[in-house]
Amino acid sequence: MQKVALVTGGMGGLGEAICIKFAALGYKVVATYSPSNSKAQEWLRSMNSMGYGFKAYPCDVVSFDSCKACVEQIVKELGPIDVLVNNAGITRDMTFKKMTKDDWDAVIHTNLDSVFNMTKQVVDGMVERNWGRIINISSVNGQKGAFGQTNYAAAKAGMHGFTKSLALEVAKKGVTVNTISPGYIGTKMVRAIPQEVLDSKILPQIPMSRLGKPEEVAGLVAYLSSQEAAFVNGANISINGGQHMY
Amino acid sequence: MTNRVALVTGAMGGLGTAICRAFAKDGYKVVAAYHPELDKPEEWLAEMRADGFNDFITVAADVSDYESSRAMVAEAEAKAGPIDILVNNAGITRDRFFPKMGRDMWDAVMSTNLNSVFNVTQQVSSKMAARGWGRIINISSVNGVKGQAGQTNYSAAKAGILGFTKALAQELVTKGVTVNAIAPGYISTKMVMAIRDDVRQGIIDGIPMKRFGKPEEIGALCSYLSSDLAGYMTGATLNINGGLHMY
Repeated sequence: MQKVALVTGGMGGLGEAICIKFAALGYKVVATYSPSNSKAQEWLRSMNSMGYGFKAYPCDVVSFDSCKACVEQIVKELGPIDVLVNNAGITRDMTFKKMTKDDWDAVIHTNLDSVFNMTKQVVDGMVERNWGRIINISSVNGQKGAFGQTNYAAAKAGMHGFTKSLALEVAKKGVTVNTISPGYIGTKMVRAIPQEVLDSKILPQIPMSRLGKPEEVAGLVAYLSSQEAAFVNGANISINGGQHMY
Repeated sequence: MTNRVALVTGAMGGLGTAICRAFAKDGYKVVAAYHPELDKPEEWLAEMRADGFNDFITVAADVSDYESSRAMVAEAEAKAGPIDILVNNAGITRDRFFPKMGRDMWDAVMSTNLNSVFNVTQQVSSKMAARGWGRIINISSVNGVKGQAGQTNYSAAKAGILGFTKALAQELVTKGVTVNAIAPGYISTKMVMAIRDDVRQGIIDGIPMKRFGKPEEIGALCSYLSSDLAGYMTGATLNINGGLHMY
C-alpha cells in the first residue's frame, strides 16, 4: 500500500527536499502551503515537469479550522495520512528589547501552535490504524538559543516538549513522534544571506565549515519514516555539522 | 561506494550480528571482530551462512588490550582493505550495587567498554581522515545517558563514550569523518532475553512502547549513519529506546 506523507511548508527549501525524497521512496506526497503563497502553482508545475506528481493544498497552519478543513479534504481525495512532517516555520528575528508582541505571536503561532493544529487532525487516525510517523522540524537554535531569537528558540524548544509528551501517549499504538534539529542548511532562505556574513559570522560557528544540504535533512526524515525506525520515539536528532553537541 | 569496508567489534553478539547483516545488505565488505576466548567464530559463521551471509571476514582481538587491537586492525586491513566504517560495539556488564562492586568489576567494564574505543579507534581514525571519508559509530546505552542502579561502572563507561564521541567529532569534523553515538534502550538480544521472566516483564512494563527493540532496528540506524546522506551529522547521540528516556 502506497503510504501518504504530508509535509507542511512543503514548498520551502527543506520542505521541497523532503517531498522529493518521499516521492523517490514511493510515497504519495502532499505539500501544504500558505494561502498567501502566490507561487504555489508555479512550484507545482515545475515539480510536475520534473516528474514529481505532488499534490498541493493551501493551508493556514496558524488556524485550527483551516488545518481541519484541509486535512479532511486531503483524506477524502488521497486517503489517510501515514506520515506528517511539521515543517512550516518563519522567523521574526529581533533582540528581546525590541521585539514586539506581534513578532512573538507570529512565530509562536506559525512554528508551535501549527504543530498542535496539524497533529490533532491526523494522530487519532494513526492510532486507530496502529501505524504513524510524526516528525517535527525544530532547530539547533531551539536547543542552544540564539541572539535575537527569543521567539524562534522558544517555539522550536517548545516543539520538542510536545514531541516527548505525545510520544509517551501514543507509544503503544505503533505511532512514533520525533524531533529533528537541523543546524544551518543551505536553503534559499540561508543562501540569501550575504556571502560575507556567511563567511564571517555563520560558517565559523560550524565545525564542519559548511552548510548542511536540504537533501541531508530529507534523508533523516526518510529514515525516521521507515519501518526500521519504529523503536526511535521521543528523540531529538541533531544534524548540524557539529555546531552543537550535548 | 559499495566497496566500503566496515569493521564491527563484538560482532558475534546480538547487536553486532545485526549490524554486520545490515552492512552486508548495504553491500559493504564486513569484518567481524570477535573475542578469541569468549566467542565461537566457526559456529557463528555457520549460522550466518545458513542465512545466506557467506562473505563475513573474521578477526580476533581482546579489544581491552591496545596491542591486541592494533594487531587485529592490521589483520582486518590485510584481509579486507582500509577500514571506512568502524562500529565500536564490544561491551560487557558486571552489574552490582556500588558498595559491593569490586575494583575488578569496575576495571573490567572500563577496559572492555571504554578503553576499547580508544584502542580500536586510534588504529583507524587518522587513516580515515587522510582518505577524507569515514564513519565512527560508538554503541553507548540508554543507561549511559540516564544512569541505572547497579551499573555505576557500565553507566560511567557508556557516558564516557559520549564524551569521547563529541571530542573526536570536533577533531575530525573538517576531514569527512563523522563520529556519532547510538544509545539503545533494551534490545531483544540473547543477553536481555536471558533475564528471568518476571524481571523481564517488569522491564517491558517500564518501556512506553511496551516492547523491546529489535537488533535489526539498531542495524538499520548504523546503516543510516554510515550513508553519505548522514554526512552532516556528527557528535550526535541517537536515542533508540522505545520512549524509555527522553531529554
